[in-house]
Amino acid sequence: MKAPDFAYARPASLDEALALLAAHGEDAVPLAGGQSLVTTLNLRLSAPSVLVDLNAVPGLSGVTQEGDVVRIGAMTRHRDVGVAEIVRARLPLLAAAMPHIAHPAIRNRGTIGGSMALADPATEWPACCLALAATIVLRGPREERRVAAEDFFQGLYATALAPGEIVVAVEVPVPAPDAVWGFDELARRRGDYALAGLAATARRRGPGLTAVRLAFFGLADRPVLARRAAAALEAGDLKGAQVALADELDPPEDPGTRPETRLHLARVILGRVAGRMLEGGRHGA
Amino acid sequence: MAPEAPQRERAIAFTLNGESVRCRAPARTHLGDLLRHEFGLTGVHLGCEHGVCGACTVLVDGRAMRACLMLAVQADGATVETVEGLTESGRIRDLQDAFHARNALQCGYCTPGMLVTAVELLSEAVAPSREEIRDAISGNYCRCTGYHAIVDAISTTAEARRSKEAAE
Repeated sequence: MKAPDFAYARPASLDEALALLAAHGEDAVPLAGGQSLVTTLNLRLSAPSVLVDLNAVPGLSGVTQEGDVVRIGAMTRHRDVGVAEIVRARLPLLAAAMPHIAHPAIRNRGTIGGSMALADPATEWPACCLALAATIVLRGPREERRVAAEDFFQGLYATALAPGEIVVAVEVPVPAPDAVWGFDELARRRGDYALAGLAATARRRGPGLTAVRLAFFGLADRPVLARRAAAALEAGDLKGAQVALADELDPPEDPGTRPETRLHLARVILGRVAGRMLEGGRHGA
Repeated sequence: MAPEAPQRERAIAFTLNGESVRCRAPARTHLGDLLRHEFGLTGVHLGCEHGVCGACTVLVDGRAMRACLMLAVQADGATVETVEGLTESGRIRDLQDAFHARNALQCGYCTPGMLVTAVELLSEAVAPSREEIRDAISGNYCRCTGYHAIVDAISTTAEARRSKEAAE
């Protein structure tokens, strides 16, 4: 189908973009990569009257490291996040997750900031940000504020973004030298939305793991940090961790997959990811 | 300075298949429709118009993108290449010959998108495995071939380019 009628602005600065969003209020929507937004326009699932295109706003893309923090500009394309030298060296979890995001043509255009703002519960970046204890940097008309990933994702397509605010960056602390990570995702087809996905980080302690963070996606209305399962894993109890998931996840009901099936798949990938992290591995799927 | 007011239509200028072009584009028109209707480039096939089928894939600034998921006005200042431009330049002659030789198309509807996707893959990977090829074309639907022949065609093209390079 074709998109409904709307007006389009392409501001050349962040202040201009914020002023446009403020001036047009709820009728205006920021346009980042557009790989979800333009889809919803074409399907007429959304009909904003003004699109504020962020693609010409300078300073919103690129990956930089300042001290112990890697800053990823909101308009950095999925692919560019995954192939960035700093990401490959410091945040290999993101590099491993990137190829699971949709397909090459989508990864070339979609952005990490757009993915944050959309907060689709079955997508990779939000869960990775939870696992890595990232901070989402937001700019509104008056101030910049920082929200921990744990507080940012609030429900189905719901985030801490206030009206008129946009995501400007994601800041990720550089993992400790003894950090390990794991990533796995099961989908019906390559590039399809995850039936069950897991982004995990931990630190090695003797033969076991500590500081375990298990961020599941596709298994609730938002990405979920499974704390009890993480505690069980730290205690060396994988079975207990798998059992704990029943209370921590709330898999969606859909015509193709029963919630019980998704929960089972979550346990399967937890087993795989935990095994790899315990091997000292830092493996993606 | 007050920001420029949002517009329902904009004048845009971009490079299309090697030529500088200008036109006016309604904000709501996606790039695929602009290329087909304004420039007659009907090799840009529209299948689903929501980013799933891949038939409309074109190169924008050298990278494969969905023409249905980019607004036409966003092409302003960009370099856009379609299957017509890639064909006329002779750049994908070997790939097209391989598609023909391997029966990698039947109805041909997915073919332009497949070719553009393959162009990007082959520009990045000298010796892609069949798995890598399958992964690269996973966003391009073909309802005729069952994909094997397409993977064959891309794989043999990569191989032939390697042999050619080695011989030179």
